Amino acid sequence: LPAPQVGTSVPPEVVRGKRAALFFAAVAIVLGLPLWWKTTETYRAPLPYSEISGLDALQLRLMVPVTVVFTRESVPLDDQEKLPFTVVHEREIPLKYKMKIKCRFQKAYRRALDHEEEALSLGSMQEAEAMLAEPQEQAEGSLTVYVIPEHSSLLPQDMMSYIGPQRTAVVRGITHREAFSIVGRRVIQVAQAMSLTEDVLAAALADHLPEDKWSSDKRRPLKSSLGYEITFSLLNPDPKSHDVHWDIEGAVRRYVQPFLSALSAAGNFSVDSQILYYAVLGVNPRFDPASSSYYLATHSLPHVINPVESRLGSSAASLYPVLNFLLYVPELAHSPLYIQDKDGAPVATNAFHSPRWGGIMVYNVDPKAYNASKLPVRVEVDMVQVMEVFLAQLRLLFGIAQPQLPLKCLFSGPKSEGLTTWELDRLLWARSVENLATATTTLTSLAQLLGKISNIVIKDDVASEVYRAVAAVQKAAEELASGHLASAFAASQEAVTSSERAFFDPSLLHLLYFPDDQKFAIYIPLFLPMAVPILLSLVKIFLETRKSWKKPEKID
Amino acid sequence: VCTSRFWFNYRHVANTLSVYRSVKRLGIPDSHIVLMLADDMACNPRNPKPATVFSHKNMELNVYGDDVEVDYRSYEVTVENFLRVLTGRIPPSTPRSKRLLSDDRSNILIYMTGHGGNGFLKFQDSEEITNIELADAFEQMWQKRRYNELLFIIDTCQGASMYERFYSPNIMALASSQVGEDSLSHQPDPAIGVHLMDRYTFYVLEFLEEINPASQTNMNDLFQVCPKSLCVSTPGHRTDLFQRDPKNVLITDFFGSVRKVEITTETLRLQPHLEIMESSYKKDWMDEELVEPLKYAEQLPVAQIIHQKPKLKDWHPPGGFILGLWALIIMVFFKTYGIKHMKFIF
Repeated sequence: LPAPQVGTSVPPEVVRGKRAALFFAAVAIVLGLPLWWKTTETYRAPLPYSEISGLDALQLRLMVPVTVVFTRESVPLDDQEKLPFTVVHEREIPLKYKMKIKCRFQKAYRRALDHEEEALSLGSMQEAEAMLAEPQEQAEGSLTVYVIPEHSSLLPQDMMSYIGPQRTAVVRGITHREAFSIVGRRVIQVAQAMSLTEDVLAAALADHLPEDKWSSDKRRPLKSSLGYEITFSLLNPDPKSHDVHWDIEGAVRRYVQPFLSALSAAGNFSVDSQILYYAVLGVNPRFDPASSSYYLATHSLPHVINPVESRLGSSAASLYPVLNFLLYVPELAHSPLYIQDKDGAPVATNAFHSPRWGGIMVYNVDPKAYNASKLPVRVEVDMVQVMEVFLAQLRLLFGIAQPQLPLKCLFSGPKSEGLTTWELDRLLWARSVENLATATTTLTSLAQLLGKISNIVIKDDVASEVYRAVAAVQKAAEELASGHLASAFAASQEAVTSSERAFFDPSLLHLLYFPDDQKFAIYIPLFLPMAVPILLSLVKIFLETRKSWKKPEKID
Repeated sequence: VCTSRFWFNYRHVANTLSVYRSVKRLGIPDSHIVLMLADDMACNPRNPKPATVFSHKNMELNVYGDDVEVDYRSYEVTVENFLRVLTGRIPPSTPRSKRLLSDDRSNILIYMTGHGGNGFLKFQDSEEITNIELADAFEQMWQKRRYNELLFIIDTCQGASMYERFYSPNIMALASSQVGEDSLSHQPDPAIGVHLMDRYTFYVLEFLEEINPASQTNMNDLFQVCPKSLCVSTPGHRTDLFQRDPKNVLITDFFGSVRKVEITTETLRLQPHLEIMESSYKKDWMDEELVEPLKYAEQLPVAQIIHQKPKLKDWHPPGGFILGLWALIIMVFFKTYGIKHMKFIF
């Protein structure tokens, strides 16, 4: 039997005390710490961070499906035997943007059908187009190019190609050994003018590229949005002299609505109008004795808009961007009023516009109206003249610029609505790319923000919006690569709305910035009084245990 | 943004309203201004001249006017709301006038005043915003391209500490005092009983009164405003994050609103629908004939009124109280010393 060790008659209270201290420590560490950690944790729903960082390296391939139709005798016979086949022309767009963009023209060559042969052998372009227009509506983004014989009289003799208003074009063929490659190059030139060129994409991505040139074309277009509100206002500063009437409802119905319905794929539009009396321009026009008229110089034009804007009521409208078109009828004392360009010559349209805001046109009353009648003179506004200018301004504000035509190309001009279908396609291409760029930037910066600040709560619906946005971006990229422009545009719109909704969710507010010294200041008064006795008793227990282990060595 | 409450912080409200007034005068419309005032001085029960907020001694300039549009008032001015306005994370029910609807082409001017310290600014006497939160908010604005260029002016004690932590590009910052210095107030007014303005903003306001919308003054002149001899504190500025050279930046780029315009040179060809137009003319004409011609009264020459400078107030004889007090003193004097002393006075 081992003898009891010296000094080991430990009283039971001390043993109980030791056990109690050990239990306290155990509960504090095993239960308390995890519980504290769990309850002070913020709820963060999981996000697809890896996929979001993968979006940065996304390669955008924009495919334009082109159908090239060869009539008889447009190319040599042995080349005709090789039809139908497909040629792909792919080119990378050289932009300094992190996403690589490749533009791919997929040309499907085929022989002309009978009715197409018949249509293209008619006398004039209009008849040919009327006959060709019968088959089904072409999908957005696709083009059809007809190749006619070299000496055909459908086009004027010196013109090599023709671009029509409906996604069709006509190109002259050639009887030459290298017929296909020469014709192929001409087709590419025409197709590029009708769909995608570098400046269209550069304008769309203007915000995301480093700014080396501030060209006005690039900074003008409206940003892509789900809808727009267009307001037409008539400003009459002098109702005592002019009793102005304008048939705005009719004009909107006849001229603006067709234009907007042609553009309807790009967003929802709503139109309203108002008449403002006693609304003056903020600038006093100067008198020009040479022409005995009043003029507004170019450098005073920027100051015109702001004093008027507060009266337009545009802030009460919807959350969509607002475009204002103002028609100003100058006062009798300042009539006639012309706008001068920087060379001092009066501008033909008597109108000017401001990017992302709208346009102003000055309508001078015909001086003959003053002769017989007493004031106020009844003025009927010629809506055709006015709408011609406003619709041209609307096109410019949307960024639908004149395309760069290849050499010797005849351009028929838009149809009665004022917009050709392939101009709409160009807009949709540009908008899709812009939307994808915006959505990607938003998602990347959101992921960065949430990763950096670890105490922002991420709710479930924010997470689901992010997932939806990522899926939409990927879908849009796929649809663009397969050439379905309409569904790609819709997917890109959805990507932008979801990513914006996730980014601007009101719950993502990081208000709680805790510098480290403040964190210590909060926790020390809570934990220190509790932790010090436990730690000290643990230390004491440990030292005593070590001492009691050492003792047997000393004895033995 | 004015962040202080209580009557003795009258000067902060006056500061903010002066800048508001200058900015409106130089052309920025109310729809583009978000004004946050933490307390209502004009209708405060302690204001001896209700519905006015003065910024000059002798009540020369009433900056409250009658077209002030305050977007966030009183207890709505909190750090949370301020950050929400900046970052755009606003609940969907917020009206348009309370939102910052800027895009990547907008130049934004932010003016803050109140009580501050090293690295923070006090809101409503109960919470603070730190310079790190502000820098993070600006970074989020930059990520979402909510501004093109940003000018940040702060008039508080130790104001320079608030802009130390900015790290987003295209920000220029001005402060009324360096770290460790206090910004002092300018002039007390005996009738109202409080200090009316802070020195820095007072001199900035004087500087801005000289500017008109077509002016070509640049930022370097704004940096020279309020030297140490006038302002006691040393104003500071920070331009390293800004890409353009400050001497090429016009004051009106931030304080005024000059839009880019282009002459329209193209028109669209439209075919008029002639027959329809004829019939609609006839219909309008017939309706109009039956109505009596309207008479228009003489209207006010609005343009002249807008551009008027505020006139100096005329001198008024002292108020009844002062007169009564003097009368009492004279009466007591003569009562005590007897009426025979009157001949020595007259």
